[in-house]
Amino acid sequence: MNRNGILFWIGATLFLAAALLMTQVIGNQYPFFAGYVILQFVVLAVAWSILGGYAGYVNFGTSAFFGVGVYTAVFLAKAFGAPLAVQIATAAAIGALMGFVLGLLTLRMQGIFFSIATIAATIVIETTVTNWRYVGGAAGIQLQRPMVTAPFDNYVQMLFFVQALLVVLAVAISRYIQNSWIGHGLKALRDDELAAECTGVPTLRLKLVACVISGALMCAAGAPAAMYLQYADPSSAFNLNYSVSVLAMSLIGGTAHWAGPIIGAILLGATQQLLTVTISSEVNVLVLGVMLVLFVVAAPQGIIGLIRKVRRHRSEGEA
Amino acid sequence: MMPPENQPPLLRISALTKRFGGFVALDNVSVEIRPGERFGLIGPNGSGKTTLINCISGAFRTEAGTVVFRDEDITQLPPHLRTRRGIARSFQIPRPFKSMTVAENLMVALDFAVVTDQHASAAQRRDTMMSILTRMGLASKANVPATRLSQVELRKMELARAMATHPKLLISDEAMAGLSSSEVDEVLDLLMSLADQDITIIMIEHIMQAVMRFSQRVMCLETGRIIAIGSPAEVMANQRVQEAYLGT
Repeated sequence: MNRNGILFWIGATLFLAAALLMTQVIGNQYPFFAGYVILQFVVLAVAWSILGGYAGYVNFGTSAFFGVGVYTAVFLAKAFGAPLAVQIATAAAIGALMGFVLGLLTLRMQGIFFSIATIAATIVIETTVTNWRYVGGAAGIQLQRPMVTAPFDNYVQMLFFVQALLVVLAVAISRYIQNSWIGHGLKALRDDELAAECTGVPTLRLKLVACVISGALMCAAGAPAAMYLQYADPSSAFNLNYSVSVLAMSLIGGTAHWAGPIIGAILLGATQQLLTVTISSEVNVLVLGVMLVLFVVAAPQGIIGLIRKVRRHRSEGEA
Repeated sequence: MMPPENQPPLLRISALTKRFGGFVALDNVSVEIRPGERFGLIGPNGSGKTTLINCISGAFRTEAGTVVFRDEDITQLPPHLRTRRGIARSFQIPRPFKSMTVAENLMVALDFAVVTDQHASAAQRRDTMMSILTRMGLASKANVPATRLSQVELRKMELARAMATHPKLLISDEAMAGLSSSEVDEVLDLLMSLADQDITIIMIEHIMQAVMRFSQRVMCLETGRIIAIGSPAEVMANQRVQEAYLGT
């Protein structure tokens, strides 16, 4: 492992240790309640960027994957009383399969057509779940949390730590992809798909790989949300807000580097939480929109792009 | 020196037809390219030259006919598999990977297209990349972003990227369009030197002097049909070619 790799894993370990420590020393439940949502958005944004950033295929179907994750957990909990780990693992598997099928159907389309297809898929899946009585249909379903296991003494604290684990998993995968041949191929096809094909890049296969991994992670991120809210209904699980927020977070953070979506998700996620508490939950959607517009105009490469620009100016200034 | 005629052809195109809706872009085109040949493809605008090479490189699916490369039917193969079998191309309007440097552009080819020395180390592939850039006169530009290249440098990078796929057949689609006459000579010399290394080259070009100097055989297309094929002198003397170019 090279120096960067070692630093990364040290950072990841410290992050997990800090998350675990928080659950042991902080008594107030609110930080976990808000922190969970932020971490969930980090996973979603990082996962989204694997296809949306590296490959440049703008997926509007984040909420479809998220919602399927939620309902996988709901179904497993109701039918088998399955533990959380099984819910998440199954959701990831279903997300991967869904990414594969959706990718196979839609990834031949380019640009805006792909995006429209992903919105259409979201509506189809939401409608299906709305009409599925077993998991509550349109009225939604109440869920009973199981007993929490040690070392946690509260279920939300445990979910917070689980989501932190998912963050590390998602970021590690995204970072690996960026530095591997998969990432190089995706970058080439994002720049020019035909030129990439003619240079030997198996574009469809790489896009499918990206879609499968991205889908699996998004579904996995959605699975714990059922137990987090102890309730699920189609219109909130498949809410388009997830798609829009995650897209905004990734673009504002910058998609050229794996760290971009993390920065964006923490920044926007924290702002949203803050606004929800201080003003209202409706205002945060407005702020999101305004920030997205500002960044698209002033910093189209996101925060990562800004940082790179400043660095380049500095190095050119020194030279 | 013409390549011997008794060798099996490198590329055999048989009865190829490509339609766009009701428009027939290629109409029953058949031609054989011999190994090591320098082959010129000419024809007025819209005659189907680029469509033909899009069908050879796999960018377009064809309605009828077959493309056989080195005794293998590749008609149904996607472009990247054709590239791996040894068909490389440049584009009429350069299509660099814009977010990458010149070196990274070539590394895409070395990472994905080259199947034979898959186990070559990163250092070896870097050496290969640098030697290609040196041969193309782009060594000093290796770490320059592709977006900062001049027109002639972009053309050379396209050829360099194509060369990095280790092609047996290189298709150059108007690599000289928009260049000054000294730059045209430069690119022409490059292509000549590639042909000397046993690479078969199909060259599409509007600059007639360049095609005539370069090619051993020339084919002229008009509205998707072959109207003449033969030595440069024969094709130039052909009545129909002159009509196609000058109008009647």
